[in-house]
Amino acid sequence: MSALYASTRAELLRLRRWPALWVLLGVWITLNVTFGYVFDYVAYRRGDASPIGDGAPPDALLAGLLPAAAPVTLVQGMPLFGGALVMIMGALTVGSGYGWGTWKTVLTQGPGRGAAFGGTLVALSVFVTGLVLASALVDLGISVGIAVLEGQPVDLPAAGDAVQAVGAGLLVLGMWAAAGVLVGVLTRSPALGVGLGLVWALVVETLLRGVVGVLPGIAPVTDHLPGTAAGSLVGALGGVAEGTGDGTPGVLDVLGGATATGWLVGYLVGFAVLALLLVRRRDVS
Amino acid sequence: MDETVVTTDSLTKRFGDRLAVDSVSLTVRRGEVYGFLGPNGAGKTTTLRMLLGLVRPTSGRARVLGAPPGTPAAVAGTGALVEGPGFYPYLSGRDNLRVLARYRGLDDRAVDAALDRVDLAARGRDRFRAYSLGMKQRLGVAAALLGEPELLVLDEPTNGLDPAGMADMRALVVDVAAGGQTVILSSHLLAEVQEICDRVGVVSDGRLVAESTVAELRGATAVLVRAEPLDAALAVAMRVAGDDAVAVVGEGHDSGLRLQAGAPVVPELTRALVAEDVDVLEIRPVERSLEEVFFEMTEVAR
Repeated sequence: MSALYASTRAELLRLRRWPALWVLLGVWITLNVTFGYVFDYVAYRRGDASPIGDGAPPDALLAGLLPAAAPVTLVQGMPLFGGALVMIMGALTVGSGYGWGTWKTVLTQGPGRGAAFGGTLVALSVFVTGLVLASALVDLGISVGIAVLEGQPVDLPAAGDAVQAVGAGLLVLGMWAAAGVLVGVLTRSPALGVGLGLVWALVVETLLRGVVGVLPGIAPVTDHLPGTAAGSLVGALGGVAEGTGDGTPGVLDVLGGATATGWLVGYLVGFAVLALLLVRRRDVS
Repeated sequence: MDETVVTTDSLTKRFGDRLAVDSVSLTVRRGEVYGFLGPNGAGKTTTLRMLLGLVRPTSGRARVLGAPPGTPAAVAGTGALVEGPGFYPYLSGRDNLRVLARYRGLDDRAVDAALDRVDLAARGRDRFRAYSLGMKQRLGVAAALLGEPELLVLDEPTNGLDPAGMADMRALVVDVAAGGQTVILSSHLLAEVQEICDRVGVVSDGRLVAESTVAELRGATAVLVRAEPLDAALAVAMRVAGDDAVAVVGEGHDSGLRLQAGAPVVPELTRALVAEDVDVLEIRPVERSLEEVFFEMTEVAR
């Protein structure tokens, strides 16, 4: 345990001094605020329908900007660009160690491979947790601000909703971060890892879901892909427009909440364990 | 007390159908500077990687500090710089070492001590990215020195250093060994090894072709004589040094005699030659350099 603790402290030190981490965190918060609040609020002030997704009428728009809706706003961008950003982080964190030669250095320091790599995984989960909590606070702050500006009652979200949203966010982003770690380990290269991971998450899964229309037989596979599970969990929390399934990009209603949660936990653990096994077995050259 | 720090027994590594390291059995004793010599691509670095647990041997066994390589017990007592320094480019040199110190469970005082040891204290706050090649190499050595490990593994530590930097590095290695730490130093620079190593292992094409002290490898000294007439000189030399100890070397103007004998034979030999009316043109003890030995061995091994 002390080796894992030492490795985690070491990894946290080097990650928090890494500009890439702060860039990704900043991009996520900016995207979350822009798509969650800025566009809809501007549209609402102009009396238009929502410019994105379901084209909701102005009063529904305002409801979506108030604190009670903040949990949904927090998670709705996570299946797509939130996931993509943390996957980049996972792939960069692990993959660049091969190019820089830092894995070689780290693995000759004393903690075993399991502890050293475990420290990286723990440090990444601290990053993901920090990112989810930071964006939850930002969303809450902005929605309270809008409520005050618009003279609406400041009804904070139900505690259950907030906990569910944060939990779903951790699970969805944790799963994508673990996927990033795995592609980073597999490719041993940050660039190839990030590239392949993004192509999978943004292109391949979407195409496969499209193919189901032609080949219904592959539905059992496409219905349980990582991105499908992530989108379905967020959809189950209310991120998907009633009965349409064409709201925010990446948010789906293919699986129920509980099923999606199960698949996400499975993917997260599976990706992390596979990466760990590879790191323990392979030669470091 | 365990006097051997590293032993390997028929250590072998195969990459596909290429045999990178072929049955290497070597021994490193406590407190010595062990030179690991060989041309580029001979298998030095792969062997060192196996000792550090980075690469798994295909067959054979090794013990490092009494434990299998790569286990926490072996790795924690070892400081290493293998095939160039590997650091986070965006961190300062000092922060890089602080990260490694945390992995080792050391505090920041160890970091400052290590930086000081390689003369990087003044530049410790600059980013690693901005370091010159020599500074990067020195930081790599500082990382290996962190926490004063029992065993230091330095793979070509003078790579990229200028002559002054090389001299500093040699002095540092000598200093480290004087403090009781054991050093394994790989190099293709023979002069370097000759100067600072107690024992050397020579590898060629993945095989350990020799392992002994530098003096043993170079063999006994010889005495070179150029004199006229050569026939008379040969007779005198054979009388003084023994029939089997003299050989004629070179041709024409450059021809001379080579005596398998130490420098103490020179005065007696000179007197004898002069007494026989032989003109002595040159007489001097010669020592084979490690370089000659090395090329002989690596040629034979091929």
